[in-house]
Formats: sequence, C-alpha cells, structure tokens
Amino acid sequence: MSDYRVVAAGDSAIVVEFEERIDPVVNARTIAFADAVQAANLAGVRDVVPTYRSTAIYFDPLRTDSVALMACVEREAIRPVAPLAAGAAPVRIPICYGGELGPDLEAVAAFAKTGEDEVVRLHASATYRVFMLGFVPGFAYLGIVDDRIAMARRSTPRVRVPSGSVGIAGVQTGIYPAETPGGWQLIGRTPLKPFDPSRANPFLMKAGDAVQFYPIDRREYDAWL
Amino acid sequence: MAVVQAVPIDQARGRLPAAVHVIKPGMLTTIQDGGRWGFQARGVPVAGPMDPVSHRLANALVGNVREAAALEITLLGPELEFEDERLIAVAGAEFVMTLDGRAVPSNAPFIVSAGSRMRFGERRLGARAYLAISGGIAVPAVLGSQSTHLVSAMGGVEGRALAAGDRLPLGDPRRVEGMPLAPQAAPVALPDRHARIRVLPGPQRDHFTDDALEVLQSALYTIGQNSDRMGFRLEGPRLVHSRGADIISDATPLGVLQVPASGQPILLMADRQTTGGYPKVATVIAADIAVAGQLAPADTITFAVCTPAEAMTALIAQERTLMAVEARRP
Repeated sequence: MSDYRVVAAGDSAIVVEFEERIDPVVNARTIAFADAVQAANLAGVRDVVPTYRSTAIYFDPLRTDSVALMACVEREAIRPVAPLAAGAAPVRIPICYGGELGPDLEAVAAFAKTGEDEVVRLHASATYRVFMLGFVPGFAYLGIVDDRIAMARRSTPRVRVPSGSVGIAGVQTGIYPAETPGGWQLIGRTPLKPFDPSRANPFLMKAGDAVQFYPIDRREYDAWL
Repeated sequence: MAVVQAVPIDQARGRLPAAVHVIKPGMLTTIQDGGRWGFQARGVPVAGPMDPVSHRLANALVGNVREAAALEITLLGPELEFEDERLIAVAGAEFVMTLDGRAVPSNAPFIVSAGSRMRFGERRLGARAYLAISGGIAVPAVLGSQSTHLVSAMGGVEGRALAAGDRLPLGDPRRVEGMPLAPQAAPVALPDRHARIRVLPGPQRDHFTDDALEVLQSALYTIGQNSDRMGFRLEGPRLVHSRGADIISDATPLGVLQVPASGQPILLMADRQTTGGYPKVATVIAADIAVAGQLAPADTITFAVCTPAEAMTALIAQERTLMAVEARRP
C-alpha cells in the first residue's frame, strides 16, 4: 500500500504525486524526494521539479533506463522524511512597506480592519516556507500568510508590477523578481533581487527554504540600491 | 552597400570572432540552442527550438554539435550578411532563399563567402526555419544555455528577438572533412496549415468528464491569434472539468494540454512557464512536438490519442533519421 502515485505526462515526463493538499510536511517530502532523485544522477534525466505536492521528472525516453528510473522512484518515494526541523538559518529579506512602493497596503489594512502598521507587523513576524518556485525565474511561492491579512488577489491584475514588489494573494506571499503583469496585492518592495543571473548564486531562494521579512524605511531602501 | 571586411586573424593578440550581421531581422528571429534545462525547480523556463528536430538537422548538416545555437526564423525571414566563409544550412519551414541573388536549397549545407548576403523570401510551408552556421552562434550562455527566452529577457541577444544592426559572433568551426552532404529528406513532414498530432492521456485525465478524450478527438482545433512560443491557445470542442478548473499548481511539461475554466485547451510549447494551476488532459508525444512547432496562428490541429508503444516507435524512427545524417557529417 503506497501513499503516492506515479502519473505519466506524455512520454518524456512522469509526475510523482503525494497527498493532495498544501501542507509543509507534504511539501518537505516532495522536496526531499526531488533531491534524492536528482542525487541519483540517472542517465537521461534532464530536470527534476518539485512543486507543492508533486515532483515532475523530465527525461529523454531514448536515453533513460525506465526500469532504473522506476526503481529509484519506488525506493525514494517511500523513504521516511525527517520531521520539519529548524534547519538552516532563514533567508532574511528587507522590505520597505507601504507608500508608493506598496500601493495596496492601505487596502490590505482595510480588509484586515486594522492599521497599516499592524499589517506590516503580521507580515514581518511570520517565518514563511518556500513551497515552490514558478511563474518567472526566481519567483518563490511563500506561505503561510496570517489569515487576518490573507486578502485575495486584485480582480484586475496590474499590467506592470515593478521588480522587487512584495505581494499577498490569499495565504501566499511572494516577491516579483522582474517587471511582469501581476494581480497580487502589493504591500511593499525589497531592494534585493530574487533572481540575478550575473551573481555567483543567481537565486535568493530555493524550494524548502525558510524566509523572514523585516521592515526598512525609505531611506534605507534607497541607500541599498 | 557596405561590405564588411573580415578582421585579420592575429593569433598572438587574439582576435574579434567573425560574425553575422543582421540587415533585416524578419518577424521573430531568435537564437536557440537545445534549451535551458536544469533550472525549472527555480522557475526558469526551458525555451529552446519550437521544432527541435529541424534545429538538430540544421546543425548536423554543417557539422555542429547537436545542440549548437542556431537561428529560429518565424513566418517572415531575415536578411543576413556573413563576415567570413562559413558552411550554413537551413531546415524546417520552406522559404524561397537566395544567397547574393542565387537560389539556395533547404535541408542541404552550402558555403557562404565573406561579405555574402542571404535573403529569405516567400514562405511556402511550415512556420519556423532553422539556420545553422558552422561553429555555431557564440552569444554568452545564461544559466548554461544560449536560448532566448523572450518573456524573461534571457539568453540570445539581450534576451530579445534579433534587430537590424545586430552583430552575432560565431564560434570556431569544427574541422570540415569530406564533401558537403547532398540535400536530405526533411524528417519533419511540414504541415500545410493543418496537422494531426498524437497525444497520450494525462497527467490529469481524471479531472475531466469520461468523454473528454473523445471530445478532444472529435473535431478540429484552431490555433488562436494570441498564440506564441509560450503556447497555442486553441479554439474548438469544449472540454469539461469534473473536479473544477483549479489544481494545486504543479509542473507543466512541454506539449501538455492545460485546460482553464473556459474549457478551451492551451498547448504549452517551448517558452512555457515551469508551473501552472490548470488541469492537464493530455500531452503531445515527443515525436510530434516538431510538427506542432511548424504551426502558426489560424492553422488547425486534429488530436489523436495513441499508445505509449506508438509514441516510442515514432520517436525511434525520428531518431534514426537524424542519427543517419549526423553519422554522415561533412
């Protein structure tokens, strides 16, 4: 009796699905599985992509030993995962909240029936988990946002969201790594770049990381840039 | 006409690598190699050629490595000027092409001399041609790949399509021995505004009504105008969800048919995002990605569900054709 399932996605990918819910424990298992498959370094495997509750394995069907791949999947999918530990130090990210850098902070405060300071306090006091990356290079889906400030995304997305903008969409929060269209409620902006291909490590975050935000004022923000 | 002189070779002091000059860029000409694999877990799309078979054939014809950076030319071709003598080849979509006014063939290597001009004229069949140059195009790699991803402005020339005035540096050609290859039969049967494309069910076949695959195969789908390298928005028989139109976001493979609430599928192509939150009813088999990549807006598709064995047989046949050309490299 297994509590995962393997689904084919065409002839060049399989998806290994764990429990169907957004949950740090399920996500940790998904990421540990992805890391183990990656570490097995099987010939023909081109990419291993963990998401909230499933891991996709991309392979070249002409250069992959499917028996070896399935044996690896079966071995690693049932491996017990250590309970969520404190783990590595969280990634700490400065945010200048509100004002022109966070045009929706006021709306989120109204939604929460509280002041902007309290929204900032709630947003910056949690430790978030990177559940997965997607959308654009370096975009991390962070959770879980305090219910009180978990405002749904805007009914009409903005055509252009400046890079570095920090948004809320329900219980998710995240940073736009590049200027893109976007519908999340923008509460602030960070001077850090979540993705910069010219850096030795182009990515600020990876799936499974812990993340904390801390407020900075506009002068500190400007000085950072 | 400005004739560009090749820079004299001075091995001791190093030299500016030879280049191709873009006189006219064409409608959408981008640099593509085998794709940016290995970073989808960080949200980085793969990109790469829309028709990977023709891309690989063009490279094989000039003796390049399989995944060397080449030009992907879309619907309306460019005009190019070469700085030094090179072996080049064009595969994929069929265009009328001239080199200094003389017709040149598709699917066959030919030599361009220093200062010669290549022009693309009328398009006859297919949507995307691949122009490979011996030595490959030597733009810098970003995260291990030279492929252009337009939305994230990564790779190629500043992450964008070619523009007039661009100078594309070339790599050193591998030593060419023997006679150039005779014209090859195209391994991709170019579609004439319509293609039959085979799919395998899933990964979320069970998120749709029982008859979804029959509906998918029941009539033509037309490629919508707002389709691009990310995906083809299809208009045709409506697919019905059985468990709602949202899933917990997961990975989005090449060739997958994702279905938003409208019931109108989107065929995800080379520049697709790495993840998505819509159920995916079926996935195009690897062997038929190339023919899909030869379609353009307003063209039509008939989907056919096949078996994994048929998918593998088709892929092996395609591989044999390509390997035969690669083995006879000039």
